[in-house]
Formats: sequence, structure tokens, C-alpha cells
Amino acid sequence: MHDLLRRYGRGLTSAFVLLTAFWLLILLILPNLTLFESSFRPYLPVVDVGGPKDVYSFGNYMQIFGNTVDATIFGITFPIAVRVKVFLLTILYSGVVTIITFVMAYPLAYYLAKIVAPKSLPTLFLLLFVPLWVSEVLRSFAWFIILTLKGPLNAVLMATGIIDHEIRWIAGFSPVLIGLVYTYVLFMVFPLFNAMQSLDSNQIEAAEDLGSPWWRTHWRVILPHAKPGIASGAVMVFMLSAGSLLVPSLLGSTTSGWFTQTIQSIMLESQDWNTGAAFAFMLLIVCTLVVSLAMRLFRVKLSDIAK
Amino acid sequence: MSAGIDLDNVCCDFGTFRAVDHVNVSIQPGEFFSFLGPSGCGKTTILRMISGFIEPSAGMIRIGGADMKGKRPNQRPTALIFQNLALFPLMPVWENISFGLEVRGVDKAKRRSRAEELLALVDLPDAADKMISQLSGGQKQRVAIARALAVEPAVMLLDEPLSALDLKLRQHMRAELRAIQKRTGVTFIYITHDQGEALAMSDRVGVMSQGKLQQVANPRDIYNNPVNGFVASFVGENNILSGEVQNAGGGMASYVTPIGTFRARLGEQQQAGGKKLYFRPEHVELGDVPGAANTIPVTVFAVAFEGSFISLQAKAENGTVLVAELRNDGSATVPAVGTALHMTFDAERCAILPDTSTAGEAVDA
Repeated sequence: MHDLLRRYGRGLTSAFVLLTAFWLLILLILPNLTLFESSFRPYLPVVDVGGPKDVYSFGNYMQIFGNTVDATIFGITFPIAVRVKVFLLTILYSGVVTIITFVMAYPLAYYLAKIVAPKSLPTLFLLLFVPLWVSEVLRSFAWFIILTLKGPLNAVLMATGIIDHEIRWIAGFSPVLIGLVYTYVLFMVFPLFNAMQSLDSNQIEAAEDLGSPWWRTHWRVILPHAKPGIASGAVMVFMLSAGSLLVPSLLGSTTSGWFTQTIQSIMLESQDWNTGAAFAFMLLIVCTLVVSLAMRLFRVKLSDIAK
Repeated sequence: MSAGIDLDNVCCDFGTFRAVDHVNVSIQPGEFFSFLGPSGCGKTTILRMISGFIEPSAGMIRIGGADMKGKRPNQRPTALIFQNLALFPLMPVWENISFGLEVRGVDKAKRRSRAEELLALVDLPDAADKMISQLSGGQKQRVAIARALAVEPAVMLLDEPLSALDLKLRQHMRAELRAIQKRTGVTFIYITHDQGEALAMSDRVGVMSQGKLQQVANPRDIYNNPVNGFVASFVGENNILSGEVQNAGGGMASYVTPIGTFRARLGEQQQAGGKKLYFRPEHVELGDVPGAANTIPVTVFAVAFEGSFISLQAKAENGTVLVAELRNDGSATVPAVGTALHMTFDAERCAILPDTSTAGEAVDA
């Protein structure tokens, strides 16, 4: 603060501080607080707002347990609330997306960080970035076209004789997974790339010189070094996937409910902002719990990720 | 177990640049061999070719008689100690040391006990469970040596591993390395630009310049009988005089220069091209009167007190700068700047050598 004052003078410094405060308080904290507060209040006709019925309760949160259906896992059938099921599947498939993006991003990041000649890096990065210049909506639509029954993917697979009848790709969760992986894979590539680039190449050579086959070098030397990068990539991909609305809406099928779609229908179709807010906070809290649990499991500290 | 290494006409090209040029040398099993040369002379490239990270562009490398062509670093009986050591910072010391054994499928208890044995060997007991970041520079050095020894290599390759240490520790580690080499009997190939290290530790030294091996000999011969001007001036200091050779015969010759004619040994390897006269500052005697032969009258213009010796810089009549070193025996009188003196040097201790400011032909050894 003192440094800022000395360097930029009173006018600029107060501009910096006020803008930061505006962003933090008005754009971030205030809306969340408003939603948080309203999530505990019942959805009432306008005349009753502020009246005797307008009291705080967990009623909105409890609505997640309504409408029971039967679910089957490993041959065991049990009743489960339909929204709880959607909620758990969202968390589960976000985890699957995170794992798939990691598996795809790791070799790419290693190639970029350690194998490719540094002078061709800018070109390769450009190639990675070009798709981001097109809006997410259009890219998801593009995938919808690719995956349709008479679309290019099936056409190519049929023409090359890999399949003999068209596959219905847009069914279940697979198109959503494909779309999410495609949309968020770069959020895994870049933290991984950064982490791997900081690894001294001599360590890789030292491992090889000591007789290590390539997979053991990755397992014992490269992967542990890249762990903070993996963690920050995984947190981003997981949170973005669980919170994504666009991709599940465009690429989803009738059987692929995403919890954000539930929230959307409650907020926009039922106009019940109170329950919608309650569900949104549940998603946020559970995702945060899952992330912190995973971080503890893999022994990563928050400060490692921030690096 | 240790193995010899044969480099047979080994070359290495990077694009159009020839980093290593027809190097021929046979290194004996159990030998401590140093490649000595300025940076960029190709010595590290040689090391990387022996360890398998670079394939030679031409020629053959044999370790223990077996051709190493196409063998990856993890298939060669060598262990490399990197310049920056390249220890694994996320593993404790003992896992670092036993990494090579882990790769070979040795069980954990055996790995642990072997790591502790090796820590004792490199004089670093009780460090097994420390992390690398908790060690000092010299301790890291020892861990790196232990890690390389753990795989029981036939050949140890060391890439200037002492360059990051301070002077005292460096001198201590020299003796230590030499002792470890004697104890284990492993062939050591040591890369350095520090002539002190090379001379003090090695059985034989190969002096390199511009990709070519200039001379291979034991440290005494490298220093006392350099084969050409490059070796003479890279290893130790030398005064250099330019002139003409006359009356060559019986291994001796006269050398005519603008500041006098001197008798000198004629170097063994003589080829066509320019020749110069080389004599070492510590072989110069200073006197008030001219000596019998090989005397140059000079005027002192700078004196530097170096501790164990005193370095005098003096000019001959025609302005040629000559250096003399006086041993500091505690009572030596230091000539003042401006004093006129006579520099005398023994004909047996100066040599007429091919001038290789543009490096000479490769030698075989």
C-alpha cells in the first residue's frame, strides 16, 4: 500500500483500491450473499414477502429429497430422490471428465514441455488456442453436428469400415462427456505444461542413466514433480464441468440430467429463485468438499496450487 | 567390476559444426582418466556419447570390448554424475541412492541396507532419511556419487561435478573422489576445464581443443612435456617467444628471436608450420648479471604477491612481456617495479613446439 502510494500517487492508488473493492464487494460478495440469504427464505407470492410466512428455514434445501425413483447399482435396486441422483451423477461424471482430460493432457503437456524444440512452441500454442477464438456455444453445436446419427463421425467410421451400422452417439452421458472434455482440456494442459517445464531435464536423464525404463521415470520423477500442476488443472476442470450449463444443455440427451440444468429449470421455468439458490449453494459446497478431499488424498496443499 | 573403454575414430557433428573430431583413445579398466579442455572443446559431448545420450556421427565406442552402438543410456554399464548432480528433490536421500536398485527390482529392505552401506562408503552416515534440500553442497556431491555407485557401474562418468563447490571443499572432494575410485576400482572418466583437478586426480589426462584430442599422457608428462603450443599454454603458464628454428640436431635446436638466440629442446612431435619457444615462469631464474646462456635482459613493470609465490611481469627491450615466478620461502626479496634484471632459463626446460593457436592434428593414444 505504501509502495503503491509512493509509486503512483494518491489519485491512481485510490482508483486501484476502489476498483478492486468494487469488483470484490459489489460484483462477487454481494450477489452471492443475496442468493445465500434468499436460499433460506420460502418462495412466496409478492404480497407475502416480508410478511409472517417469510421466515428462515432449510425448507428449500430439503426439496432435493422430493420425488423418489428407483436406481440400480451392481444389481441392487434402491429408492433415491431424483434430484439427488442427478446431483451425484453430475459429481461422478465431472470426476470422469477430469480423469479423461488428465489422461489426454499429460502426454501433450510432456511433449510440449520436454520434447518439442522451444522454437516451435509458439506455433503449437497458437494451434491450441485457435479453437478458443470461436464461442463455446458454436463449438458445442459443432460437436452436436459431428455426433448426430447421419453426421460426419458416423459417415467416416462407416466409410472406413470400422463400424457397419451407425452409432447413436447422442444418448446417455457420452456426448456431454465428449463436449466437456473438448471444452476444458486446455485448462488441464497449461498447468501441467507449466509444472513440467520447471523440471530439470537432467533429472529425467539421470533416471534413464540409472537404468529406469520410461514409465518408471514418469511415475517416480516426472509425475511427482508435476503434482501441483495436476492438482490445479484437476480443480479447474472439475469445477468448470460440474458448473457447466451450456454443454449439457446443447449436447445432453433425455437421460443425461446435469444438476445445473435442474437449477436452471427451477430458477427460470418455475421462477423459484429461493430453491434455485439453495441448490446452487449445495453444488458449490459439495464440489468444494470433493476438491479438498481429493487434495488431502493426493497430499497437495493449496499453496502448491497457487504457485 | 570395471571395464575399459575404447573410442575408435569417434566423431560428432551438430549440423555443420564438428564438436568431436576423430578421437581415438583406449582407457584401461580401473583407470582414472580425465578429459581436460576449455569450454566448447567437445569434452562433454564425448561424455554424453559414452553414456548414450548422444550417438556418435561416426566411429565406434566400445565398453568392456562390447560395441555400444544403438544402446540406450539405461542399457549401458555406465553411471553419469551430472554437473548439477540432478538428484531427485522429492525423494529422501536413501531412495535417491537406491533408485537404480528399485529399477532393477531389488526389494525394499535390501535397497535400504545397500543405501546405508554406500552412505558409509562416501562418509555420510545418518543422512538416509534426510531430504536433498537439507544437505550442503558437499553432502549432495557424496549422495550423487553414492547414487551412481549403487548400480555397480563398470564405468563412472563425471561431468565437472566439483565446479559448484567452494575452493576448500573442492580440494577435499578431489582427494575423496580419488580415494573412492581406488577403493571401488571402477573406471572413472572425469570431465573438467580445471587443470588442477585433472592433474591432481588422474592416472592419465587427455587434453582437448576444438574437438580434437591434443595429447594423452600422465599428468607429469602433460605438464613437463607438452606436445604442442596448445597443451603448453592451456596447462599451466608459459612464456612464449616467436622466432626461427636453426641448427636442429640431437633433440636440441637454436631458436633465433629478436631478443636473442636460445638453445632449447625440440618437441617430439614436429610437423610443418609455425613453431614457438615455450618456457614456464617458475623455471626462470632472476639475476643482476647475465647468465651463461638463454638470458634476456628485462625491466620489471608489475609485481603481484600471490601467497605461495610472487609473480613478476617484465618487459624485454623490444617490449615482449615475460613472466617469472619466485617461490615465497618467507624471506624472498621482491624486486621493485622498474628494476633491471636478467631472466635466465635452462635449455633442458624450455621447448620448441608447434604453434597451435589454430589447434593441431589429432593424436592417437
